[in-house]
Amino acid sequence: MPELDKKSWRNDAYAKVTGRAKFTDDLKFANLLHAAPVYSDYVHAKLIAITTEKAENLPGVIKVLTAKDVPGTNRFGQIIGDFRIFADDKIRYHGDVVAVVVAATREIAIRAAQLVKVNAEPLPAVLDPEAAMLPGAPLVHENHGTNIVNTHVVRRGDVAGGVRQADFIIEEKFQTQFVEHAYMETEAAVCVPRSTDGVIEVYGSMQHPFSTRRFVAACLGVALSEVEIIGTPMGGGFGGKDDTAAIVCARTALAAKLLNRPVKMVYRRDWSMRESYKRHPYRVHYKMGVTKAGRITAVQCRIIADGGAYCSVTPWVTWRSTVQCCGPYVVENVCCDTFGVYTNNIVAGAMRGFGSPQMNFVIEQMVEIAAQRAGISGIEFRRRNMVRQGSVTITGQKLDGHKVAMEQALDTVLREIDYEKKLPNCARGNDNDELYGIGLAMSYRGVSLGAEGVDFCAAIINAQADGSILLEVGVHENGQGAESAMSLICAEELGVDLHRIRYRRSSTSNIPDSGTTVASRATIMGGGAVTLAARELKKKIAGAFCEKLHCAPDEVRFKDNFICGKTDRERIAFDDAMRQMWQMQQFPFALGTFKAPRVTWDEHTGQGDAYFTWVYGCQAVELTVNKKSGKVKLLNAVAAHDVGRAVNPEMVRGQIYGGMAMSAGYGLHEEVKAPDGKMTTLNLNTYRIPRSMDLPEMKVIIIENPDPVSPTGAKSIGEPANEILAPAIANAIFNATGQRHFSLPIRLGALPEPTACEEGCK
Amino acid sequence: MKLFVNGKEIEVPADAMEKRIVEFLREDLDLTGAKNACDVGACGACTILVNDEPCRICIKLVKDFGGQRILTIEGLAAPDGTLHPLQQAFVDCGAIQCGYCTPGMVMTAHAFLLKNPRPTREQIRSAIFKNLCRCTGYQQIIDAIEKAAPHYQKQTKARKKVEPVVA
Repeated sequence: MPELDKKSWRNDAYAKVTGRAKFTDDLKFANLLHAAPVYSDYVHAKLIAITTEKAENLPGVIKVLTAKDVPGTNRFGQIIGDFRIFADDKIRYHGDVVAVVVAATREIAIRAAQLVKVNAEPLPAVLDPEAAMLPGAPLVHENHGTNIVNTHVVRRGDVAGGVRQADFIIEEKFQTQFVEHAYMETEAAVCVPRSTDGVIEVYGSMQHPFSTRRFVAACLGVALSEVEIIGTPMGGGFGGKDDTAAIVCARTALAAKLLNRPVKMVYRRDWSMRESYKRHPYRVHYKMGVTKAGRITAVQCRIIADGGAYCSVTPWVTWRSTVQCCGPYVVENVCCDTFGVYTNNIVAGAMRGFGSPQMNFVIEQMVEIAAQRAGISGIEFRRRNMVRQGSVTITGQKLDGHKVAMEQALDTVLREIDYEKKLPNCARGNDNDELYGIGLAMSYRGVSLGAEGVDFCAAIINAQADGSILLEVGVHENGQGAESAMSLICAEELGVDLHRIRYRRSSTSNIPDSGTTVASRATIMGGGAVTLAARELKKKIAGAFCEKLHCAPDEVRFKDNFICGKTDRERIAFDDAMRQMWQMQQFPFALGTFKAPRVTWDEHTGQGDAYFTWVYGCQAVELTVNKKSGKVKLLNAVAAHDVGRAVNPEMVRGQIYGGMAMSAGYGLHEEVKAPDGKMTTLNLNTYRIPRSMDLPEMKVIIIENPDPVSPTGAKSIGEPANEILAPAIANAIFNATGQRHFSLPIRLGALPEPTACEEGCK
Repeated sequence: MKLFVNGKEIEVPADAMEKRIVEFLREDLDLTGAKNACDVGACGACTILVNDEPCRICIKLVKDFGGQRILTIEGLAAPDGTLHPLQQAFVDCGAIQCGYCTPGMVMTAHAFLLKNPRPTREQIRSAIFKNLCRCTGYQQIIDAIEKAAPHYQKQTKARKKVEPVVA
């Protein structure tokens, strides 16, 4: 069999390009029932009664489930258990689900859902996060005692002293919007009670099978082993298929368990957009002290994140914003105060970037504003302040365990797009009808979870007696190509052809809980686990054959489908070796566990080694602004990212192109609108994600500085790719028009939009 | 009423006439390649070909398709499973990530290349305008369509040679 093309290989490409891949909604089971959620029209209200009789009397309706039907826990959360499977005391936002209708068909379930009556007493809604922080504001969660979900700080050096050293202070306020993930596949679940032992099998669209299992098991009041989440192709996640997707699975599992029949619930786009959590809107008040020589002497910032009605992962999202609040710049004196806040807006949670897109929009404009005041170029300003090998971050972490590639990324982009030659061509609001601008932004990013929490991952390699290999890793295939990357790493480490590797359909009943596939951690954590499992396996194989190969166990080598001794002449074919191991009664089976290196964090000072390693990236964009219409046309975009090592280069490029596209949407188009807390952008015709014509040709340059702490050398790319094109666009628009934009999405030409505060305070 | 789906004649049961065609294909014929992602014709994930023209079927009923020639993603590869050159190009160019938009995207591209086998990149970009993809930024999809174009050029040439004989 010819060796497969490793540069672009995916184990699922054939199934996906032929339409054979079975996503959740494509799965069929006998006796399948269908479920649909019931919403109320309240934004904040005390729940009095839910009347289900009329719905239950509709022919074809099997049951209407509410909080009282939950045998286990109705409340969940990864941090604070405030999410509800069904609203039980209050309605806290317009997307709260009060009931689920189960019926013979989806149409009947949807019709019946409209017949469920919700009786509630409206409460004053708090929609403005700053108003929510004030004493006396209506409380979203009374038992929390305040609307402030969490705070984080950074206290470094002496800000007052830093301000005194400064020749001028730049002070600006920024604001960002609610953003929808807009995965092409909506939330979906099919839950099947297994007839033999009653285990609930869950097939669903979610990126955290293990937290889904926790939610489902707790909701049903059963042990973790009684629930099996089975890997199913997933139509995109982008951080958005964690909490909400798990709850959709839990509701569906509840129906399946109670009715002892398979139940499917596939979200309509409007349900998905109404209920699923979004990227946090931020308000950032940022002050930067700068010397005439273009040195940042101090930063003081106050960050307020609207977390909406439930906690979700707001404390973790805002933690990353806090750690990275000065971008990739060395600042000796920093005072940062960050607040995650409850409101009655739609829930905000994890979205690709996880607190960095908002901050980079701020920082990468601040440095350009500061550079202009200092009379030097933005590039020169960045060079004077950026992190370099051995630099100490604002949280006191010395960057010396890996190659600090910030300047390498910057230089690569500058060269590729010919930035400095093109910069003088910028219109700066001249008399042309089409105003040309070029701009860039850069970032560094802590890899994986950092001090957010437990960070380890498992991989199982199970070689078979015929030389074929089964692989399973505790990371989830979100569509990014994780399974393929894991397979490539496994084949390379074992010195065997890729076609031997079969990635096992993942199951939470087989692979140990390795956390969620977020934080751009799949390749570094999963790949680390695969490498360690492969090394363990090789040790076993070497032990079994070293004598035959006339060498010591550590001299055995694995290459080209052979197990070799000191020379290539002494060798055993991999297939033969596996067959012989079976006869020797030895299993060529290994479990690999990769634990993230230690991180430290002091919550009171905001100091510590926040992440075990970092990645560096830079993106630039050219555009024109039509003076009359305000229309922005993107002409060209370039990105350079240090990914450690590119396991599957074509997939790395795909991550970067997709990340840039999503960031362009963030910068120019995307905004979830919810006047009075009721969302009006409920489908893809009103919520505008980038279409092909909105995007330019993009060029990606992959920088590879293998990271010593990563067993594969590989690091991260999913989120780094998605956090800097919006500020690059903002800088290019400034260079085109001479106007700064401090809120997202950037709107040109039209009258100024009302601010969220004015909307929220109605 | 009859439909011609992927070269096969299908007799439509009377009670299916008022169904949405996307549901009929997915549920009754088990052709689940076309996805239903928005229900309003905004995303293109349900795109199939009807008489070689791309059609977004989430907003259409079965009865609208009487006697029409339908090609879904399932009918594009050769019967032995060999990928169509356009599909192979999607695989080779890394144009597939989550795969949810892929069937609709491939079908839109197929219809486009049948009509315009020598497109510029800008024409390709505008041809897939109605198909949303959240993963790829479209770059590798455009690469793939460009890569597959020569196959359609050959086909067009072959068809032209045959035409005079038919006339």
